[in-house]
Amino acid sequence: MTKVVDARGLSCPQPVILARQAMEEGEFPIEVLVDTVTSRENVRRAATKAGLQVQVEAVGDEFKLTLTQ
Amino acid sequence: MSERLTRFFASRWGILLAGAAIGLLAPLLQKAGNPTNMGICVACFERDIAGALGLHRVATVQYIRPEIIAFVLGSLIAALLFREFKPRAGSAPIVRFLLGMFAMIGALTFLGCPWRALLRLAGGDLNGLVGTAGLVAGIALGVVFLKRGYSLGRSRPAPAPVGWIMPAIMLGLLLLLIFRPQFTKDGPIFFSAEGPGSKHAPILISLAVGLVIGFLAQRTRFCTMGAWRDVILMGDTHLFTGVAALFVVALLTNLALGQFKLGFAAQPVAHSNHIWNFLGMALAGLAFLLAGGCPGRQLFLSGEGDGDAGLFVLGMIFGAGFSHNWALAGVPDKLAEGVLTVGGPGPYGQAAVIIGLVFCIVLGITMREK
Repeated sequence: MTKVVDARGLSCPQPVILARQAMEEGEFPIEVLVDTVTSRENVRRAATKAGLQVQVEAVGDEFKLTLTQ
Repeated sequence: MSERLTRFFASRWGILLAGAAIGLLAPLLQKAGNPTNMGICVACFERDIAGALGLHRVATVQYIRPEIIAFVLGSLIAALLFREFKPRAGSAPIVRFLLGMFAMIGALTFLGCPWRALLRLAGGDLNGLVGTAGLVAGIALGVVFLKRGYSLGRSRPAPAPVGWIMPAIMLGLLLLLIFRPQFTKDGPIFFSAEGPGSKHAPILISLAVGLVIGFLAQRTRFCTMGAWRDVILMGDTHLFTGVAALFVVALLTNLALGQFKLGFAAQPVAHSNHIWNFLGMALAGLAFLLAGGCPGRQLFLSGEGDGDAGLFVLGMIFGAGFSHNWALAGVPDKLAEGVLTVGGPGPYGQAAVIIGLVFCIVLGITMREK
């Protein structure tokens, strides 16, 4: 099952902290929901740095990042 | 095209460019008339605005600083161009207001925000080192809270006026700056005739520089608190690149312009009371961390529609009023006939810093997302 991290509305750096916690649990794929470009880029950077594949999808005004190994 | 630019600004080159631009432009603003080692200081400039409006009556620090206005408007322009303007609010607003207030009280104990701490150091003022050490200590303490789940809760999308209020306030300030009305006899708007408040670059230059920095900082998320936080929290040096670039370029620019004077004692608009330089900035650093951004970042966020960041800014301006009305702010060193009198905060200022630290620590322990 896909793990979903809802980080919408949270300010820096909480989206990244939550995404990293999910990454450390090691179950993929992970879906991270964010609502600002800042959070999107921060989560993308953290995931890329951890060697993960990142797919970004715009959902209305918000974004869904799918992290896979 | 827009997406490619966004990726560039989000890259290491983007943040490097933003930091270098600030590092170059701030000493040039000083050359153009801004106070020494204060080419840009978000806290000091908001304090000057508080003074101009009559929220405090210290005659030497009163001016409506165009840089602050332009930071918000530059960020607004960038956010609108790149479709990132998003009115939002509702993440513990009253807490953010008080965090802004105490952040300002801490910053004015040291006599500068994290931006000015770097610029002071780049001008040879070694107290900037002590202040930055305090800043990092405050941020490190905050990181402990973050790791334990500290959160001010979620903001929510809000109706348009929530996002437009701060830019509108800035436009109002711009009108007050241009027309300089005097509301009562001997009353505001005040503009300093002497002291740091009287020293300023021409308005158009300040506005232009502010717009450029506001634009770049909105695109790159430049943040002088996040830089340290990300290094401590997760070894991420992305934002730190910007801060490092700011410092190096400002140092070189100061050396080139002959604006470098090395030492601790009697530096311009500064004191060498180490304990309170450290503790003041520790309070500021902790408060910035708990609110999610340095004072500059809060301005840029308020320009892209973040009403909570706007409230933090208003809290800072309100805090500046208290800081000077109640004589909480640090007093600069005095050098008279070869005798140095070390400045720093008085007893009330010291108490305010302690109260602020206690307030922030209680928040750090108790604020959790429900």
